[in-house]
Amino acid sequence: MKFSEAWLREWVDPPIDRQALVEQLTMAGLEVEAVVPVASPLPGVVVARIDRVEPHPAGRLSVCQVQDGGAVRQVVCAAPNARPGLISALARPGALLPGDVRVEQADIRGVSSAGMLCSAAELGLGEDAAGILDLGDGHEPGAALYAALTLDDHSIEVDLTPNRGDCLSLRGLAREVGVHNGLPVRAPPTSPIVAATDAAFAVVLEAPEGCPRYLGRVISGVNGQAATPIWMRERLRRSGLRSIHPVVDVTNYVLLELGQPMHAFDLQVLRESICVRWAATGEVLRLLGGREVELDPSVLVIADGGGPVALAGVIGGERSGVQPSTQDVFLECAYFDPLTVAATARRFGLHTDASQRYERGVDFDLPTAAMERATALLLDIAGGQAGPVCAAEAAPHLPGRAPVSMRQNRLRELAGADIDGAEVDALFARLGFEVLSRRPTEAGGLIWTIAPPSHRFDIVIEADLVEEVCRIHGYQRIPSILPKAALAPRPAALQRSSERRLKEQLAATGFQEVITYSFIDPTRQGLLDPDGEALALANPMSSEQSVMRTNLLPGLTEVLRFNQNRQQPRAQLFELGLCFKPSGQAGGPLQQVALLGGLLWGTRHPESWHGKQVDVDFFDLKGAVESLLEWALGPNRLHGSRQSSPSSDAATAPAKPGAAAFRFTATDDPVLHPGQRAAILVGGEEVGRLGRLHPQIEERLDLGHGVYVFEVTAEAASAHPLRRFTEIPKTPSARRDLAFVVDETVTAQQIEETLSSALGDTLAGLRLFDVYRSKHIDSNKKSVAVGLTFQDLSSTLTDAEIAQRMGKAVAALQAKLNAQLR
Amino acid sequence: MNVDEVLQAAEAEVAAAVNEAGLESVRIRQLGRQGALTKLLKGLGKLPKAQRPAAGTAINAAKTRLQRLIAKRQAALATEQLAAKMAAEAVDVTLPGRRPGAGGLHPVSQALARVEDIFVGAGYDVFSGLEVEDDYHNFEALNIPPAHPARAMHDTFYFADGSLLRTHTSPAQVHVMESQQPPIRVICPGRVYRRDSDLTHTPMFHQIEGLVIDRGISFAHLKGTITDFVRRFFERELRLRFRPSYFPFTEPSAEVDVQCVHCLGHGCRVCGRTGWLEILGCGLVHPRALAMSGIDPETWSGFAFGMGGDRLAMLLHEVNDIRLFFENDLRFLEQFN
Repeated sequence: MKFSEAWLREWVDPPIDRQALVEQLTMAGLEVEAVVPVASPLPGVVVARIDRVEPHPAGRLSVCQVQDGGAVRQVVCAAPNARPGLISALARPGALLPGDVRVEQADIRGVSSAGMLCSAAELGLGEDAAGILDLGDGHEPGAALYAALTLDDHSIEVDLTPNRGDCLSLRGLAREVGVHNGLPVRAPPTSPIVAATDAAFAVVLEAPEGCPRYLGRVISGVNGQAATPIWMRERLRRSGLRSIHPVVDVTNYVLLELGQPMHAFDLQVLRESICVRWAATGEVLRLLGGREVELDPSVLVIADGGGPVALAGVIGGERSGVQPSTQDVFLECAYFDPLTVAATARRFGLHTDASQRYERGVDFDLPTAAMERATALLLDIAGGQAGPVCAAEAAPHLPGRAPVSMRQNRLRELAGADIDGAEVDALFARLGFEVLSRRPTEAGGLIWTIAPPSHRFDIVIEADLVEEVCRIHGYQRIPSILPKAALAPRPAALQRSSERRLKEQLAATGFQEVITYSFIDPTRQGLLDPDGEALALANPMSSEQSVMRTNLLPGLTEVLRFNQNRQQPRAQLFELGLCFKPSGQAGGPLQQVALLGGLLWGTRHPESWHGKQVDVDFFDLKGAVESLLEWALGPNRLHGSRQSSPSSDAATAPAKPGAAAFRFTATDDPVLHPGQRAAILVGGEEVGRLGRLHPQIEERLDLGHGVYVFEVTAEAASAHPLRRFTEIPKTPSARRDLAFVVDETVTAQQIEETLSSALGDTLAGLRLFDVYRSKHIDSNKKSVAVGLTFQDLSSTLTDAEIAQRMGKAVAALQAKLNAQLR
Repeated sequence: MNVDEVLQAAEAEVAAAVNEAGLESVRIRQLGRQGALTKLLKGLGKLPKAQRPAAGTAINAAKTRLQRLIAKRQAALATEQLAAKMAAEAVDVTLPGRRPGAGGLHPVSQALARVEDIFVGAGYDVFSGLEVEDDYHNFEALNIPPAHPARAMHDTFYFADGSLLRTHTSPAQVHVMESQQPPIRVICPGRVYRRDSDLTHTPMFHQIEGLVIDRGISFAHLKGTITDFVRRFFERELRLRFRPSYFPFTEPSAEVDVQCVHCLGHGCRVCGRTGWLEILGCGLVHPRALAMSGIDPETWSGFAFGMGGDRLAMLLHEVNDIRLFFENDLRFLEQFN
């Protein structure tokens, strides 16, 4: 809502300056968004009357003799509306117009011109550049235009919350300012206009639940070409509206002034009678502006004998709109149900000045006054004769104003402040809340019961009154206190880490967290989850953000691409966030799973003088994942970063085989490189994957080569089983190395499982420290070297005992993996 | 040669030895089995008996002295050698060290974590909730029925089945209220979504919602909590301004302006020359919202607040464009590590 400060001060004029007024509005909950001067100072621009107009010898232009109060000046003018007797604005030589335009004495094609007659656009008073300003009567030549039009004024724009529809007018704003300053408000006259004709038009309310009150009035013989007076045009302009047509200007003016939306129909077009009804299915209405909408019975319309002529409370139809040629007008002034208007406005995306007000609630007692006010203004401006007011009303459907009670004790409890009864009394009086009763309660304190005024749609329950009292009392006067609560020790998860710790752990190991959009490009989504189905937004903002991600790879790869384009030589990224997996069947529940995803690309280390730059490979990725899972799930007994002791307690040892809490197994994941991919298993359950991105995908996404990714559920990575102590042996350990040749196809995991099951708990550690291929070995074979660590809790192992174990190891390798000792 | 001559020659040799090997050969030449002093000692028997004690003492004294000299020289040589070795091992300590790449948390994560720390320290729980919600939890349970004008404040992303992306973190509050009885103290951080994209809006952003429900919770408690929080978060004694506002699920409702953290209220680019920054919305939980989630509004009252995580991060780190947070330019992100 934008309004003129000077206009407001005509209603109520508190003795505070503009800045204080703005501050007061903001602190009353009517947040001031902008305060803008309505005009530049216009030095040297005065009111002037054209006395004589003669054609310029060069044609098209005219030469005007202009009375500017002091003298008669000759001014050359191009405006078509220059005519003798016209009161306009003259910029004298030396005047300064907006845009730093300095007006000079000039010679225009051989005729001297002592100044310039100005259009509204040239003065910065609107868009109208078609002709010079027409000030109408009542302005004395010679007066400074700035003063004559009270241009020392500001447009104030307030951002109103949806509950305060009552402030969408000068009347409402003035009421609010009056309350805060304890001042009465001066309203313009709305006394009844006696009907001069008996011209009437029947109104029928067929849908009283949508429209319980409808006032109409015929004004005959208006002049559709009359000029809207400058004062009204200026007020409209300062409120952000353009002058369009004298009748429309009047209805807009009343909308701004009183908050009552009105509509004017061209009576000659209307047939039979006005009927307010639900639309019939399939009816079509062509709106002002030319758009056609198809209607159904959920839409309330104003109709005549020929069908709908307006969307009730939203916008009029093109067929019945007023024209410059319109002579007889039918004015509409009604109360429409807020939800009905809101639904229509939203459905058709038509948020008009009228719908904005109706959907927030327009004072249902206002139409009579508004109709009289509009009639008076219209007769004044465009002439014509008023008929009687044709009112149709379904009183039972008008909004009720049920009494609301407020307990003083409750007020104290909720506000946390003592606001005494007298202050509440005064406040209710200023707000126009009619106190129906006021008495002490048994529990102590008073209880008030009030009837809300018809302009307040937001006073329904006790809390509404508490809020209103706090608001007028002033939030700044309520103290700041900290709540008290029991000092209870708080739970701290013993067997889980938070997502926060998980993220910190990854960050500490060199990964940078990123946050990417949850909705992504379906093409990218399909490429990075070819078998998955993604949940699509019904109303995306763009196709690049139209489906919900099912995994984190689309975002991670996009961030990589973004940074590659900015010359970054490496990236180690991670993101933790929800991914959205529709269940297979329609209507099945959506899975919203928190995943942790990572990406490695580029050089292993930042560039430095330490040796050659090497790019990351699969084992950088795997090492990172192993470190993370070991951090989460506990060290791997056999090949953790520090070898641990043999376990004496089977119950506390990690699960067998391999004594690992997590494992990597084959996967056929199509987005990963077939030779460099694995599934991550925890407790036998697949919780993630890792590998190099499939080279075709790398290429499709233009990522270069060697993009390594992992993904694991946050659930699995947040497990943090309680660590239990195991005895550290006091006996020395013994290590023996073993080198042997096996088939290429034998995996490290097979070797580990073979040795582990052959040696059991006597094997304290296992390191695979060399894999070697050469021409001295068969091309389909490889040499593998492992270090075996033996240790016994109770005694130092003898050479014989160690040799016996090594024998077992060799035997098992030979038997199971056809290994040949080297 | 007599003892003195031998000793004198030996001393010269010790002094001349330049390394351990040279010193060892001096020792062998003088003190070894065939050494000069050893020979003198062996020759004692040939001396007259009366001279033997004095001569023996002199030889032994010379031997001891020589041994000491050798030991001393040995120590000096070792020190020299170590020094030479260390000199050879010297590096240019100004060369950069060897280190892995740095990682870090996203600045928005850091800001959210900071808010969490402050509230968890005061006894709040953390609950994140899910991002795809139903209409009931995002709107209706928060006293926003269909066609309510407040829905226009939330440009919502919908799915075909009528579910939606939460437009605020408030539905998380509803889940908390539905699942536990007061007293409740919880904060709910997370991603939220609105159909809005321009210089100052991204269609996805972060909120942190707070909810306290207990007996006798008042607007004064809300003011106290928010004021304290803001001052802790920015570590500055900032002024706050509670302005009446409107949210369907709180009443009374307020928007909170904070004295600009950048210019401290003098007016600058960050605060649009107003001296104030709008940072959060809050209020007492609407009795209807309490009742809808099964909490009796006559027994319990509560306050709720919600603020933008991205906005807090922007103010804390003086970031001037929210869109930077979601571009994930490493040169940007690494500034906060």
